[in-house]
Amino acid sequence: MYKILRKEILSANIKLMEIFAPKVAQKAAPGQFIILRIDEQGERIPLTIADFNAEKGTITMIFQEVGKTTSQLGTMKVGDSIRDFLGPLGIPMHIKNYGRVVCVGGGVGVAPLYPQARALKQAGNEIISIIGARSKSILFWEDEIHKVSDKSYITTDDGSYGHHGFVSDILKRLLEEKERIDRIIAIGPIPMMRVLCELTKPYNVPTFVSLNSIMVDGTGMCGCCRVTIGDEVKFTCVDGPDFDGHKVNFKELNARMKRFVPEEKEAMELFRKRSSCICQ
Amino acid sequence: MPIDDNKKTPGTAKKINYIREKMPVQDPSKRKNNFEEVALGYNEETAKKEASRCIQCKTAPCKNGCPVEIDIPAFIKLVAEGKYDESIKKIKEKNNLPAICGRVCPQETQCESLCTLGKKGEPIAIGRLERFAADYEAANVPSNETKISPSTPAPKVAVIGSGPAGLTCAADLKRMGYNVKIFESLHASGGVLRYGIPEFRLPKSILDREVKYINTLGVEIEYNMIIGRVATIKELMQEYKAVFIGSGAGLPYFLNIPGENLNGVYSANEFLTRVNLMKAYKFPQFDTPAAMGKRVGVVGGGNVAMDSARVALRLGAEEVYIIYRRSEEELPARKEEVEHAHEEGIKFKLLTNPIKIIGDSEGNIKEIECQQMELGEPDASGRKRPVVIKDSEFTIPMDTVIIAIGQGPNPLIPQTTSELSIGKHGNIVTNEKTGETSIPGVFAGGDVATGAATVIKAMGAGKIAAKSIDKYLH
Repeated sequence: MYKILRKEILSANIKLMEIFAPKVAQKAAPGQFIILRIDEQGERIPLTIADFNAEKGTITMIFQEVGKTTSQLGTMKVGDSIRDFLGPLGIPMHIKNYGRVVCVGGGVGVAPLYPQARALKQAGNEIISIIGARSKSILFWEDEIHKVSDKSYITTDDGSYGHHGFVSDILKRLLEEKERIDRIIAIGPIPMMRVLCELTKPYNVPTFVSLNSIMVDGTGMCGCCRVTIGDEVKFTCVDGPDFDGHKVNFKELNARMKRFVPEEKEAMELFRKRSSCICQ
Repeated sequence: MPIDDNKKTPGTAKKINYIREKMPVQDPSKRKNNFEEVALGYNEETAKKEASRCIQCKTAPCKNGCPVEIDIPAFIKLVAEGKYDESIKKIKEKNNLPAICGRVCPQETQCESLCTLGKKGEPIAIGRLERFAADYEAANVPSNETKISPSTPAPKVAVIGSGPAGLTCAADLKRMGYNVKIFESLHASGGVLRYGIPEFRLPKSILDREVKYINTLGVEIEYNMIIGRVATIKELMQEYKAVFIGSGAGLPYFLNIPGENLNGVYSANEFLTRVNLMKAYKFPQFDTPAAMGKRVGVVGGGNVAMDSARVALRLGAEEVYIIYRRSEEELPARKEEVEHAHEEGIKFKLLTNPIKIIGDSEGNIKEIECQQMELGEPDASGRKRPVVIKDSEFTIPMDTVIIAIGQGPNPLIPQTTSELSIGKHGNIVTNEKTGETSIPGVFAGGDVATGAATVIKAMGAGKIAAKSIDKYLH
C-alpha cells in the first residue's frame, strides 16, 4: 500500500498528489512515469512523474480527472492508500547541455515538463519555457516553471491570462525571429504536440515529445501502448515515453487513444451513479 | 469418505486394461458462456481405476519424460492404493505446483508419450492423476506444512519473477535452507499462469493455493518491483549472494503487416492480460475493459491462440476464427485444446495467411485480407512449409483481430544489465545444464532464456538453477 501524504487541488479537476513510495523515489528520473492501481477492482493507469524526492521517499503526480480511475483517485484523501504503485518506468530523458532549450507544456503536460526543464537547467542549458492552458483558472505551477527558466511565456486559449492564444503562437514567433534554438521539449495534449512538431519540422530543430499511451502492464509485455515512430513500431512503456516528435505518427496515436471510449463512458457513468448514492 | 478396503495390490497377474478413464468435462454448449473450469477432474473412484491400470513396469520410461523428475510410478501406486495424501507428498518431493502441472502440462508429449501401455493402447493419464492427487489434498488434507523459518545465517538469494520458473527455483532453494525473496513486477503472482492462462483452464484459486503453499515454505514475494528500473541486477548482487532471473517471455510478436495498429487489433498478451489478470470479463465490476466485436479472428495455432479464441467466445463473440497458415496436423497447440475449441464452435481457417488488416476512416478494423496456402516440402523445423497459392487473396470481415504468433523474452533486464550476454533473439544466454549466465552468481531460466516454451520446461529450468545456485554458494 502506498500512502497519500499531500493533496492539492490545483483547479476544478486537476489535482496534485504526493505519494509515499521510497523505492520508486530513490530511482525516479525526469521523463519517467509510474503505473498505479487504486484498489482490487482497479485498472492499471500510467501517470507521469511531476516531481520526486528521494530523501522524503515521495513521488508527486499531477492528474486531470478525465475518466473513472482519475476521478476516483481525485476523491481520495491524505492518509488514504493506493493499492499498487509501480515504477519508475520508461527510459529517463537524456540530460546534457544542448545550449538553448525551449520547453513547451500544455494543460497537465506542464507537470512532467517541470522536472525535465529543471534537470536541463541544472545541466547548464538556457531554458525558455512556454506554458499554456485553456484558461487562467486551470493554469498551475507557473512559479515552479518560472524558477527553472531563463525566460518564460504564458498563454491562455481564452485570453484570461498571458498571451491570448496557443503555445504554438509563441514558439512560431521565436522560430520566425530566428532565435537560435537547439532543442525543443513539448509535452501536452496530442493535438498540441502534433501542431508543434509540424511547426518545428521545417526549421529542423530536434523536438522531443512525451507520449501517454494507454497501457496495461507498463513493462513491455502487452503491446497495448504501441506507436509508430518513423517506420518502426515502438512500445511507449519500454522504448519511450520520450520520442523524436518529427517521427511520431500522431494520427494513429490519436485514434488509438479512443480504443475504449464506449467502455470508459460506461465505467464513468457507473462511478458517478455510485458516488452520488454515497453522497445521499 | 469411502475408502476401498480391497487390499489387492494393483498389477498382480491382472489383465491389462488399455482403455483410460474418461475425463469429465463441462458441456460445450454451456461452458462457452462461462469462465468456469472445462475439465472437471477425476473422482476417487475413477482416479483409483485409472491408477490401477498402471502395470508398474520396472523400466518406468515415464520418469524420463518428466522435466522435474517426479517418481511417477510411485505416486500412481499410492493413488491406486487409496493413499492419496501420501501420493501428493511423493509428487511434492519434486514438484511444488502439482495442481497446475496436472492441468496445463503437455503430458501427451512428455511422460505419457513414453508410457509402456501406450505401445498397445492408451497410456496412463498421468497428468489427470497428478491433478487428482493435488485437488484431493486441497479438499481433504489440512495444510500442516510447517513454515521453514529462515535459518539465520543462510545466504540470501533473489529470484526475479514469480512465474513457473521463479516459483520453482525459489521453493527448491528455500527447502535447501536459503533465504529467498521473489521480486515480481506485477501486482499479483504467477506470471504467465496468472496473466496468460484463462480461468477456465487454470482457475486462479488453484494458482493462489499453490503460491500460498510456497509462501508457507517461507518464500516472500515482493510485488510492484520492476527489476532493471527500481533496482538493477548489479544492485541486487550487493545484498544477495545469487540472483535467478525468470522474467519470462513477455514481449509480444506482431506480424508486421499493414494495419496492425488499427483499433481492434490486440496482441494475445494484451487481450489475455486484460481478461485474466485484470478480470475484464467482469467489467464494469472491474475497471479494465477488453472491448470486442462480434467477429473475431485469432492469428496463430498454439495454445495461446486457442486460449484467446475461447476467451473471445466467452466474452460474447458470435463468430471466432483461428487463422493459421499450415494445416490442422501442424497446429502446435495441445490436441485436447484444439478438440475443446472445435467442440465450442471455434471455426478453423487453415492454410490461411493474413497479409493485411483493413480499417475504416476512424481507424477501426473492417476486414482482414489473407492468402490461401498449400503445404510444400518440410522446412528446418521438420514441418511442411506453407507455400502461397498464386492469386488466392480473399478478405474476411472482422471487428477484432488477436495476434497470437508467439512472444520473445522480456527486454527490460537485458537492456539494463550491460554485462549480461544476450542471444540473437534477445534471450539471456545460459548454460542449459546449469542455468549460469555470463555474470558469476547470476542464473536464468525459463522463457527469458529459451523463448516461449512450456510451464513445465520453465519449472525444470528453475529446478536446475536452484541446484547450481546451491553448488555456487558452497
